Formats: sequence, C-alpha cells, structure tokens
Amino acid sequence: MIGYLCKRLAWALVVLLGISGIVFVVVHLSGDPAALYMSPEGTKEDYELLRSAMGFDRPLPEQYGLFLWRAARGDFGRSLRHQQPTLPLVLARFPATLALTLAAMLLALLLALPLGLLSALRRNSVVDTGGMMFALAGQCMPTFWLGILLILVFAVQLRWLPVYGGDGPATLVLPAVTLGVWAMARTARITRSSMLDVLHQDFLRTARAKGVGEWAVVLRHALRNCAIPIVTALGLELGNLLGGAVITEAVFAYPGIGRLAVEAVVNKDVPLIQAVVLTVASAVLLLNILIDVVYVLLDPRIRLA
Amino acid sequence: MRTLRASGSARLGAAILVVVGVCAALPHLLAPTDPNEQRLLARFTPPFTRGADGTLAVLGTDQLGRDILSRLIYGARTSSVIGFAAVLLAGFTGTALGLLAGVRGGLSDHTVMRLADMQLAFPFILLAITVIGILGPSIRNLVLVVGLSNWAAYARVVRAETLAVRERPYVEAARSLGLPVPRIVIRYILPNVSASLLVVATFGIAGAILTEAGLSFLGLGVPVTIPSWGGMLAEGRQYVDTRYWLALFPGAALFMTVMAINLVGDTLRDTLDPYVQVRRSLEQL
Repeated sequence: MIGYLCKRLAWALVVLLGISGIVFVVVHLSGDPAALYMSPEGTKEDYELLRSAMGFDRPLPEQYGLFLWRAARGDFGRSLRHQQPTLPLVLARFPATLALTLAAMLLALLLALPLGLLSALRRNSVVDTGGMMFALAGQCMPTFWLGILLILVFAVQLRWLPVYGGDGPATLVLPAVTLGVWAMARTARITRSSMLDVLHQDFLRTARAKGVGEWAVVLRHALRNCAIPIVTALGLELGNLLGGAVITEAVFAYPGIGRLAVEAVVNKDVPLIQAVVLTVASAVLLLNILIDVVYVLLDPRIRLA
Repeated sequence: MRTLRASGSARLGAAILVVVGVCAALPHLLAPTDPNEQRLLARFTPPFTRGADGTLAVLGTDQLGRDILSRLIYGARTSSVIGFAAVLLAGFTGTALGLLAGVRGGLSDHTVMRLADMQLAFPFILLAITVIGILGPSIRNLVLVVGLSNWAAYARVVRAETLAVRERPYVEAARSLGLPVPRIVIRYILPNVSASLLVVATFGIAGAILTEAGLSFLGLGVPVTIPSWGGMLAEGRQYVDTRYWLALFPGAALFMTVMAINLVGDTLRDTLDPYVQVRRSLEQL
C-alpha cells in the first residue's frame, strides 16, 4: 500500500512537471513574455530593465529550471495585476470553489444513485425511460445556458434565490445545481448500466435464496458490487467539475478559482495563470490518488500493486 | 444503417442535424440579413414583432439591432466547422497513438495509456483558456486546443479494439505470410476499428461544439466578429433579466444540436456489436 502510494505520488510529480512544461512553453510561444509585463507607456530602458530583472534575457532551459526551483518552494512570483505573491491569492479563492464542487457532486450523487438504481430495477418501465431521457437532456445541456435559465426562472421571475453576490448557503444553490447536472446525468447512466450487469449475478440469487429481503439484496449486495465503476466515474468527474467551475463561476459571478483564472488570462497575468493551473492540477492529482484508496476500502478484493 | 432508420429518436436526431448542416453549408441563402448588420433603431426587438424601423425580426434582435435568426444560422457554420476540424485532429492523433500502443505494446503502450489517464483527469479548460488567452482567439487556435486535448478517448478505444483484433486468425495469417506491420495495420486492423471510431467521433463532435461554445462564452473562443452560439449567449447573459430572447435562442440551438448528435450516437453505438472490452470504453462516453 505504502509502495503503491509512493509510486502514484511520483507519477503525479511527473504529470505536474509535464503540465508546468506545457504552460511554460505556451507563455513563451506568444513571442516576448517581457512585452506582456510592460505597460503601453513604458520606455525602451524600462523594457531592458524589466527583461533582465525578470530573467527573460537568459536561455530558456535556465529560465524553466529557475521557475521549477521557485515553484517547488511555493513561489510562483508576484501577480502583475494584484501586486501580491500569487500563491496566497489562489489559496484564498480555493475554499469557495471546493465548496461549490463538493455541493455539486453531493447533489449529483443524491439524484443519480436513486435514479440509476430505479431505472435498472424497473427496466423499460416509465421510470426507466423518463429517468434516462432526463439524464440524456442533462448531458446535452450547455452548463452556461442552464445557469442562465435558472437565473431567469428562480432569481428573476420567482425571486426565490439571489442572482449574484450575497452570502450564506442560498448563493450556492443555483451554481451547484448548474454545475452538478452534467455529473448527475453521467453518474445516473453509469449506475444504471453497471447495476444491470450485477443484477443477474449468482450471488444475488443466493442472497435471495437465503431469504434476504429485496431491499437488502439491492442495497447491500448489488449496489456495493457496482460501486467501483461509479467511483471511477466520479473520480473523472472531479476533474470535470473543477474545470466546469470555470464556466459556472463566470455565469454566476461566483468568487472562486475559476473566475480568478479567467481574470488572470484576460489580464495576461502570467505568474497568476501559472499558479492557478499548477495548484488546480495538484489538487486534481491528489484527489485521484485519494479515490484509489477509496477503492480498496470499498472492495477488499482489490489489492493495490 | 437499417436500425438507424428504424429508431424514432435517431430519426429525430438525424432530422435536426440535417437542418443544422444545411444552415452551416448555405448560411448566405437562408439568413434573412447579414449577421453583423447593426440597426441601432431596432435594438432589442422582441421575437415575432417588427422593429422600430419596420423590418421583421422573427427571433428578435440583440443589443446592437442585429438579427438573431441570421446570427443563429451563421453560428451553425462556426460550430460545425470547429466541431468537425477538432474531431478530425483529435481522431487522427488518438488513432495513431492508440494503434502504436495496441500494436507495439510494452513501453509505448504504458506511456500512451498514462498520458491518456492524465488527459482525462486534468481539467483541460484551464489549459485551454491559458493557450487562447496568450495566443489570441482565432478559429485555428480553437481547433488546435480542442483537437489536441481530446485524443484520449480515441486512443483508448483504438487500443482496446486493436488488442482484441490482433490475435484473430486472419491477422495471424497475415503475419505468418510475412506482410509488413504497417500493411497489416492498414489492411486488417484499421477497418475493424473504424466502426468504434465513428461512434467516438460522433460524441466527440458534440463535445467539441460544447467546448467551443463554453470558451466563446468566456470570451476566449472565436473572435467577436464571427457569430457563434457561445458568444451570443455571453452577450445575452447581461440582459437576461429583461430581454430573455437574447440568451434563450442560441442556448436552445446548442442544446438541440448536441442532443441530436447524442441521439444518433447512442443508436450507432447500440447498432454496433464490438467486443466486450471495447463496449466498456464506449459506454463511458
């Protein structure tokens, strides 16, 4: 187990290195990074000064090495826009996005599990057809459009919930629904199909023959055995949710990391972009390792090697 | 093809796609006006009414008095072009890497699959906005970003299918005849992979269209001078409280197109009968 975790962490580091490399190359592909830092009224001397101060006149591999060395110590440079170190800026926005993502995932699970389960148990019934049509619609719904429609109905017409700003859990409701619908749709479909695979297995017949009640058969014996594909899908969903948060936060002007990212990109705030991308990437990689550990807890038959 | 015709939902999907396709192919014949023509006197004309300057706007006009129907029709072209081009790029890259992994095995296989895992786990939109933000919004950059970040699904399916086909008697026969590997791949393996590839590509187009719209919605997609559904939604969002039609119609067009592609894709997938392993990876789509 420990050896496996070390291997996964080592791989996560390789991935981070790859992503940092891509970001670094993209920034330098734009031509002259020093130009991104300059204000339009800067003089030629300012430019030269900036170039040598930021190290842009050094060879690229040296610059990349220096960037990595600083990044490893949590130093991503100062944000051009905010004139502050970038990492605290990013970390300050993280809890909001994490709350949004977790709320969305919780919502997705609470809806998807019963929906997928019922659809599988009552296959080809009205519940099944309706549930799967709902899931299909959810999967095809552009999140930003859904967000706008929800604002239109619940905030503008009915005035039940705030559109932007405010605090407390009420502000989280519409963004979480918007973000969660896609994950919900996919999870419901996967729950249904893996449930259908499990339902005809011998051990369910044995359980029934022993006289176990129908609900216990489904919840204890069947659901537990189709948990693995569901957890796998959820793991992939986490990355999608964090990515989807970028758009959802833009729709609702929600002060999370996604909006910070878009602002950084629009302002060409290179150090801030690098900090956001690498922080989110680290979070996603860590969560994925965590999910692998959950596998073992769910299914003792799996041994990590 | 016969099953495709029989299913009602697939027929509906195909019909919607034909309409979108015709709009994309002949926007100048179908659109009532130039999509960028501004008529400031007729700003915010509601749907099905005449504007202040007397012209009829079927789906209304936006904040600059541009005809929404015309912009929707031209937007179909933007979405289709980017969807197809990105899928071609992704499909080509993914198929090449998947074949490499499936045929060569060993280290190539390991590397490609780990790269695919990484691709599937990482919130790619962050990289996408970085690239577009720095290189500038253009159709070319969008196709590159969307295409090069979606190859993983193709690689997985092609690899799974190659592994299944590789040990079949006719491939073995070809190998024992001494045919060169590239020839075996092209003549015997690729044709067996093509059906699954078609399914992945179908869903891929839907994904690419949604991604393009999402990026355009953030203002990091196609330039604002080109009508796109995502860009229209972004502009409409600001007026959602009073002028619902600005955001309603482009979103509906997007939703219906993606839904249509998925209906056709679902039927395609169910019609095919690939090996169990392949079906697993297809069901994840």
